[in-house]
Amino acid sequence: MTTEIKFNAETMATVQQIIARYPAGKQKSALLPVLHIAQAEFDGWLSPEVMDYVASILNLQPIEVYEVASFYSMYNLKPVGKCLLEVCRTSSCWLRGAEDVVKHIEKRLGIKEGETTTDGMFTLKTVECLGSCGTAPMLMCGAQFHENLTLEKVDALLDNLRRENKRKTYFDDVVIESY
Amino acid sequence: MGRKLLTEHINVPGIQGYEVYRKMGGYASVEKAVKTMKPEEVVEEVKKSGLRGRGGAGFPTGMKWSFLAKPEGVPRYLVCNADESEPGTFKDRYLMSRLPHLLIEGMITSSYALGANTSYIYVRGEYYYVIAILEKAIAEAYAAGWLGKNIQGSGYDLDLYVQPGGGAYICGEETALLESLEGKRGNPRIKPPFPAIAGLYGCPTVVNNVETIAAVVPIVNQGGDAYAAIGIGKSTGTKLISASGHIKKPGIYEIELGVPVEEFIYSDEYCGGILNDKKLKAVVAGGSSVPILPTDLILKTAAGEPRLMTYESLADGGFATGTMLGSGGFIVMDETVSIPKNLWNFTRFYHHESCGQCSPCREGTGWMEKILHKIVDGHGSLEDIDLLWELQRKIEGNTICPLGDAAAWPVASAIRHFRAEFEEYVKHGEKIKDVKYYFHTNNMDPAAAYSSL
Ligand SMILES: Cc1cc2nc3c(=O)[nH]c(=O)nc-3n(C[C@H](O)[C@H](O)[C@H](O)COP(=O)(O)O)c2cc1C
Ligand code: SF4
Ligand code: FES
Repeated sequence: MTTEIKFNAETMATVQQIIARYPAGKQKSALLPVLHIAQAEFDGWLSPEVMDYVASILNLQPIEVYEVASFYSMYNLKPVGKCLLEVCRTSSCWLRGAEDVVKHIEKRLGIKEGETTTDGMFTLKTVECLGSCGTAPMLMCGAQFHENLTLEKVDALLDNLRRENKRKTYFDDVVIESY
Repeated sequence: MGRKLLTEHINVPGIQGYEVYRKMGGYASVEKAVKTMKPEEVVEEVKKSGLRGRGGAGFPTGMKWSFLAKPEGVPRYLVCNADESEPGTFKDRYLMSRLPHLLIEGMITSSYALGANTSYIYVRGEYYYVIAILEKAIAEAYAAGWLGKNIQGSGYDLDLYVQPGGGAYICGEETALLESLEGKRGNPRIKPPFPAIAGLYGCPTVVNNVETIAAVVPIVNQGGDAYAAIGIGKSTGTKLISASGHIKKPGIYEIELGVPVEEFIYSDEYCGGILNDKKLKAVVAGGSSVPILPTDLILKTAAGEPRLMTYESLADGGFATGTMLGSGGFIVMDETVSIPKNLWNFTRFYHHESCGQCSPCREGTGWMEKILHKIVDGHGSLEDIDLLWELQRKIEGNTICPLGDAAAWPVASAIRHFRAEFEEYVKHGEKIKDVKYYFHTNNMDPAAAYSSL
């Protein structure tokens, strides 16, 4: 899919609102939030062209954008599937069966950690603690935390996501589990 | 039942919204502060309360506030640290998503005390839905006249914004957080200067944890002395403990500081005992960075006193036999847990999260991770255990920020208290070798890695 790399007027207004949060001349502070928006708008990843575009609207050198995008784990510098499954692998989740969750997803989707299904639907990634250790094991897809996972819950989730067939972003509405 | 100063109303239906929060007495601390107190008087109450930073280091909040420089004509900032990424810690997410107005109220009262007219809440990016909750609550607070110009007719102005991170544990370190808020990589700054002198945009800045800021609300409402009356000694007030791992009831517990550790683990009011009634093996009491302790030392100090949930009691015995309260991330491990494997898991975390500025941290965490991988993979030797010990010693204290120490302490304590288990792996590697699948180490081909050791 080729999208023209340009925010629409509504997004541009949001970007202007973000820039207004900082003192005059400190618009570089808007870089992280604007990169999140760009990633959500342009197919879930930051291509060099997208990063150059962000540099141009924030009046930054492209390198200032590349060095930031490559530092933080939430920015994808390669294309990812519509649903990025980020499974927490850190201690509390590991103690409560995170390995089994990863293994199960690998088997179900026929991919290894770090890979994307051939239909472009799912990418599997393991990540560090997501602050959901009391409801372990857990995974995040878009903005939604899926907590207290069992293999049955994982199966139901994968089926649902496939049925919905929508790109998940960090800006999606979420359902909050009680905990 | 302990008193709940932060979470008393957390289960009231609709408490997320402004109306209900206000009806339950919300925003009283702002009213009291801006209408009846001078900023210095608010600082004085916080000093009297004995409140200590809830982000991990436990530094007295009132003292930190009194260090804030106040040069004429230069803005001052309050930045709330909601980066919450210390493994085992999930209390700030709970507080922000369930009681967003409590944090906002605390931010307003604290900003008034510090003379800040613009404040930021820096939230880890993975909590995007929490950001949405906070922004909605902030809009409600503006509409009700608690934010913006001339708050409640007091003449005090404050703007409050939420800033997302990009996914990096190191941005919880306060100077890395400020770099990140300025739109840069999260590389910690060399201190001094401390943020109190030169912080955000080079201006005097206070950085405080979510829970610290929230605690300012009951302190101002009830007075510092009333807050200080709760707890034991220099551990005053209540603390949110994030309990996870092999327990029957994982979750967040607001405790009065001073609850015995044994009661916390076994009583039905808190963790409810070990999952499946297995035996307790070890506890990491304050987030992944603090020393791990075996059962006997977590329940009792080396001197045989019952260990309490306080800064002092948990630290009793120093690093030889004690640990730290840290962020309150309480991770419980039952008898089946392999300590070397858990240590490898932690060390991989620190390697992954090192910002890479200092060689002892950047290289040392990677090296330790490789050695641990080699050991749990059944290819280790006794020398590897000694090498691990040497490596952690060379990292500790030799880096720009405390992440290096945080990576060293789990290694030191695991070897100190569980050396026999490492030796068992090394001597009978093939037998113990975990046949169970485990995640591969970042960017590492094991065969190639071992040949370079
Ligand atoms: C590697 C590292 C990570 C940290 N992560 C956090 C964090 O996620 N949240 C937090 O409040 N403090 C964190 N801290 C502590 C902060 O640097 C700082 O001490 C704290 O935000 C001060 O607030 P407090 O005094 O209210 O605790 C971290 C420190 C280090 C060295
Ligand atoms: S200790 Fe590690 S994380 Fe901290 S500044 Fe040095 S390299 Fe970066
Ligand atoms: S360890 Fe998985 S969410 Fe914290």
